[in-house]
Amino acid sequence: MSDSVTALAYLISGTLFILALRGLSSPESSRRGNTFGMVGMLIAIITTLLLTGIASLPEIGVAIAIGGGIGYIVAQRIAMTAMPQLVAAFHSLVGLAAVLVGVAAYLDPAAFGIGTVGDIHAVSRIEMVLGIAIGAITFSGSVIAFAKLNGNMSGAPIMLPARHVINLGLLAGIVVLVGIFYITQNPAAFWVIVGLSFLIGFLLIIPIGGADMPVVVSMLNSYSGWAAAAMGFTLHNTAMIITGALVGSSGAILSYIMCKAMNRSFISVIAGGFGADASAGSSGPKIDRPYKAGSAEDAAFIMKNAESVIIVPGYGMAVAQAQHSLREMGDLLKKEGVSVKYAIHPVAGRMPGHMNVLLAEANVPYDEVFELEDINSDFGQCDVAYVIGANDVTNPSAKTDKTSPIYGMPVLDVEKAKTVLFIKRSMGGAGYAGVENELFFRDNTMMLLADAKKMTENIVKALGH
Amino acid sequence: MTFISELSIFTLAIFVGYYVVWSVTPALHTPLMAVTNAISSVIIVGALLAAAPGYWGAAKLLGLLAVALASVNIFGGFAVTRRMLAMYKKKEKKA
Repeated sequence: MSDSVTALAYLISGTLFILALRGLSSPESSRRGNTFGMVGMLIAIITTLLLTGIASLPEIGVAIAIGGGIGYIVAQRIAMTAMPQLVAAFHSLVGLAAVLVGVAAYLDPAAFGIGTVGDIHAVSRIEMVLGIAIGAITFSGSVIAFAKLNGNMSGAPIMLPARHVINLGLLAGIVVLVGIFYITQNPAAFWVIVGLSFLIGFLLIIPIGGADMPVVVSMLNSYSGWAAAAMGFTLHNTAMIITGALVGSSGAILSYIMCKAMNRSFISVIAGGFGADASAGSSGPKIDRPYKAGSAEDAAFIMKNAESVIIVPGYGMAVAQAQHSLREMGDLLKKEGVSVKYAIHPVAGRMPGHMNVLLAEANVPYDEVFELEDINSDFGQCDVAYVIGANDVTNPSAKTDKTSPIYGMPVLDVEKAKTVLFIKRSMGGAGYAGVENELFFRDNTMMLLADAKKMTENIVKALGH
Repeated sequence: MTFISELSIFTLAIFVGYYVVWSVTPALHTPLMAVTNAISSVIIVGALLAAAPGYWGAAKLLGLLAVALASVNIFGGFAVTRRMLAMYKKKEKKA
């Protein structure tokens, strides 16, 4: 193939990737978009193979078959509730692949057309090392995010003393070493950059608490894009540059949306430590305050006689795997003539859009599911708000209490509903932000103290007769 | 290609990404992450180049390993996105 045909093929594959993302503007067009993405990838791979790889086809085929087989099986088997972990794991693989490609380019620059061993083109040196550094940070950061999301590691922030000094020092060290490598091509500098980058990715994520994971996952998504882009510059490959830029900006936008939904700055999330100190904040006298508790039968009776119910799911619903019984409950209520809607806060769950996927899995039609801005004004006219596994995102003190750590965070106005049914395992234990929820003690709140799934199942039974 | 023309493509692609991603409906943010994951595995192009030479060495082995890792992502990412997108359904008319 001539150079221009190759370049054209990569451009087409880059364009198809843009269309893949464009498709996600609505569920109907999204499936076609995904197909565009697959075709784009196929074009990129075949073009590269035709270009250089024919001779090594057997071993490359084996590598693709092994990796592809594992990926496909995992994708088919994974539970939807485990999606955040899966995405974190996939990010780590992109990061590691970027590191491996970068190291391979360093060891065999001729194969990439960027010079010879010990004499790599000047610009390529910078691009290559940057790609490796970002890839390594993506890898080790994602491994920690995975461990926290998967429960292999506590979600609580781990605070090293002087961690900001350590991190900034490491970062400065990497920058200096990149400079040294650029000038001298010193192999030691190269390997130390690789090592330090793995280390800093690890240190950056350990102080970040579970509730901030939606931002972390988005941020690592962004990094994996920048790593791919840096490699694209090294290899002069348009498809990689375009894709890297797309993914990088996608992750950055998602991080921004998540931060805004928590009213926190990106810097404060990255600095970490949120949710470490459960006693922080303004919570007044705890536990001893009176609250109303109810049973599944009470809840069923109230909802049966309501005209409208808005269901507010949160991470607790995912943990309890309650989405299927929740949909059953919704169906029974609809049969009784009750209007049922779902309200989703942007940071409900552990990654952007997490709740939407779980509800879709349980066959809840997506046109019954609404985002915060679209539904918040409806709570005033609604009879029942059914809060299941959400906490901080419903806390009215975010609107009123200036001393609260979550003050200013946009919340769902559930307290405006005539009755709030709040499912919670027990009265002890605050939300992830470590803040007591004022809502529990309101006159119009009925606490349903039980496991989210069991309670919902019992309500379904009670509605049945 | 010169560095400047690559940089131009990169800059324009960031803007394209910016507008395209803002138009993604929030309900599909999880599939967005899964699919961006899959497409960022286009890094397999670099892995294939490293794995291509006819001679065996550390670079080729690393390349093959990177091909396998990126393949996990490509197949896994697109498959899981497809699985998720298949679940998004509209209200049935009779209901």
